[in-house]
Amino acid sequence: MKFPEKTVADLNIGEKGIINTFKDPVMSLKLLEMGCLPGTEVTLDFIAPLGCPVGIRVAGYHLSLRKREAATIVLKPNQA
Amino acid sequence: MKEKKVIALLGNPNAGKSSLFNQLTGLRQKIGNFPGVTVDKKTGFCRIDAKTDIQILDLPGTYSIYPNSLDEQVVLEVLANPQHPEYPDVAVVVADASNLKRNMLLFEQVSDLGIPTILALNMLDVAEEMGISINSGKLSKILGVPVVELNARQGIGIDGLKHTILTQLETRKTHINPPIFDEKSEAIASEVRKKYNISNKYLALQYAAQAPKLMFLGDIAQKDLQTLVEKYNFNADAFQSAETIDRYHDISSTLTQVVHETGVKTETVSEKIDKILLHRIWGYAIFLGILFLIFQSVFSFAEYPMDLIDQGVAGLNEWLKSVLPESALVSLLTDGLIAGVGGVVIFIPQIAFLFAFISILEESGYMARVVVLMDKLIRRFGMSGKSVVPLISSMACAVPAIMSARTIGSWKDRLITIMVTPLMSCSARLPIYTILIALVVPDTKVLGIFNMQGIALMGLYLLGFLSALIAGWMMKLILQSKERSYFIMELPTYKMPRWKQVGFMIIEKVKTFVFEAGKVIIAISIVLWVLASYGPGDEMEQAEKQVLTENPNQLPEVLASKIASVRLENSYAGHFGKFIEPAIEPLGYDWKIGIALITSFAAREVFVGTVSTIYSIGADPEDESTIKDRLRNEINANTGQPSFSIATSFSLLIFYVFAMMCMSTIATVYRETKGWKWPLIQLGYMSVLAYVAALGVYQVLK
Repeated sequence: MKFPEKTVADLNIGEKGIINTFKDPVMSLKLLEMGCLPGTEVTLDFIAPLGCPVGIRVAGYHLSLRKREAATIVLKPNQA
Repeated sequence: MKEKKVIALLGNPNAGKSSLFNQLTGLRQKIGNFPGVTVDKKTGFCRIDAKTDIQILDLPGTYSIYPNSLDEQVVLEVLANPQHPEYPDVAVVVADASNLKRNMLLFEQVSDLGIPTILALNMLDVAEEMGISINSGKLSKILGVPVVELNARQGIGIDGLKHTILTQLETRKTHINPPIFDEKSEAIASEVRKKYNISNKYLALQYAAQAPKLMFLGDIAQKDLQTLVEKYNFNADAFQSAETIDRYHDISSTLTQVVHETGVKTETVSEKIDKILLHRIWGYAIFLGILFLIFQSVFSFAEYPMDLIDQGVAGLNEWLKSVLPESALVSLLTDGLIAGVGGVVIFIPQIAFLFAFISILEESGYMARVVVLMDKLIRRFGMSGKSVVPLISSMACAVPAIMSARTIGSWKDRLITIMVTPLMSCSARLPIYTILIALVVPDTKVLGIFNMQGIALMGLYLLGFLSALIAGWMMKLILQSKERSYFIMELPTYKMPRWKQVGFMIIEKVKTFVFEAGKVIIAISIVLWVLASYGPGDEMEQAEKQVLTENPNQLPEVLASKIASVRLENSYAGHFGKFIEPAIEPLGYDWKIGIALITSFAAREVFVGTVSTIYSIGADPEDESTIKDRLRNEINANTGQPSFSIATSFSLLIFYVFAMMCMSTIATVYRETKGWKWPLIQLGYMSVLAYVAALGVYQVLK
């Protein structure tokens, strides 16, 4: 059985991850344009008071996106 | 040949294009822009040297030439069309040096279109604080185009940029870009090039990839290109995705050679501020507090200058009447013009305060946080967090607010935002609110600090906001759409507002308010004075005689006032008012208010001007009290009660919260939705809402 992939939406505040792929090809165009490239490190910065949107730090700046959108960014599995 | 060379300013949002535009053009701007986001292009002129004047084009901020919303679309329309009258001779890509990598994507795309480009590194001070230093000389060598260091806020480096623009106009250097074409895109690009006679390969490919968005091509070419895309089985999304990744690789390898990072990443000031302003409890508390502060100050701080203006206008009228001989012309000047204009001028302090606050919210970067705080809440009401910007800025004026809705990518979210935005109370309602609240709400303090009138004012704004939400929620149920939308948005770092910029905006907005509203008000004041001073046949004279015969023993002052009021009643304006009286009587309005309702249909702010003109004419000529006093003493002839009783005043207040009485807004909605359907629906639903709500309020309070 395959483990569900970890996405940006699964991160805790302050936790880091490396972008692996995107689940949604149309959404990925916008994310790529904003500098969310595969191999880039993201940090979850904040979760808005009502749980959505969330804020991430990527490529040296802050990006805000909805939780549903964050869930399309798949992270590399942890090399524990 | 174009008359003047065109220089386009391009860049990511918040990179400092508008600052640079202001520095280059000074006050020589052709069109002012509305507050908030640059949603349309602006042009201005700049003298580069003794013999060269150039045209500067400020384009909306965008991250790439692939638009996601209507404001970004403007950029593509200009850059993809070499026949466009504003197609740039040189493009200046303004880049935020603290985030150079992402800013370079647009630079590569623009220069790949074959437009001679200058890279302007802005915000180097911010980059330095973050421990980033950039070797711009080396970067220029690698890119093959000039790189200029700038501080657009402080105006440092502007002369250097001007000089570089001159050189680039002659040498026309472009950057050699990384190879981004595969076999398929190569093939389709070459066919498009042949067919449409385009020399630039990347531009040709844009024709294929974005044909539906390139309106200037026309239907036939757009369809033909669509056929080509199918013939080559060209996947535009896949190409865009691969292109973006390739470009970022190239950018990374360039930047590693020129950017030096000290690597010590401490928590920035912005991050610390966000910990508080986006806190799950403090975040909302602070936002509400800020709104409350705005209302309190709009009402209480602005009171002193307003009282001065009110007394000044009354004094001026009195003085003019005492020095000028009594005649129809003097009456037109004093009772007609000055009374009407005075009714508007008095609100300048409040409008200045309101615009100052909105401009500070936007300048500081806090507006973006409000968008984040409100997104989830407001999504239930058919809108997006981005709708908050139009909603808040429509507290100043709905026209620029509706235009700023262009940044909302989803058509449905945008349409709902446009439809409900005029329910937010704008500055033109402020005069009406102020004067009516002053009449019926006591000027007392609650809990020692809060002003009752300020609270009443905030209540009206809240009512407008809540009704906008409810209207949005209902439209969400009616409008079905499977369209996808996204929120993905950069959070800019906090900045000190540029006070000069705030000052400019206040002056510009007040000027617009006074002159635009002033024009209408002067015209209506004159027409109104004529209609109120003359009547059909000799009805007015007959009525005057009747009063004289009926009251032979009255005191002269009482008699004069009675005559004035029967004359008005029998004038043309009186007849109009009487005609609609049956329809508005259930709302508690007499025919005098009826006249004001009709005239304010063009623009709400006319209401106060009309009321003050009508009551000046109807009043005892010796009585030069201020507008407020005059309204307070007015008696409704039908009921014998004060005309502006509590029930009538609240009914009027509620009426103006909901009524869509603004020609400019209707025209803007027509333009933005490209048809009459939506503005008419909007006018209809808001009018019904206004009438029914005002009826309810009057009947309950009566």
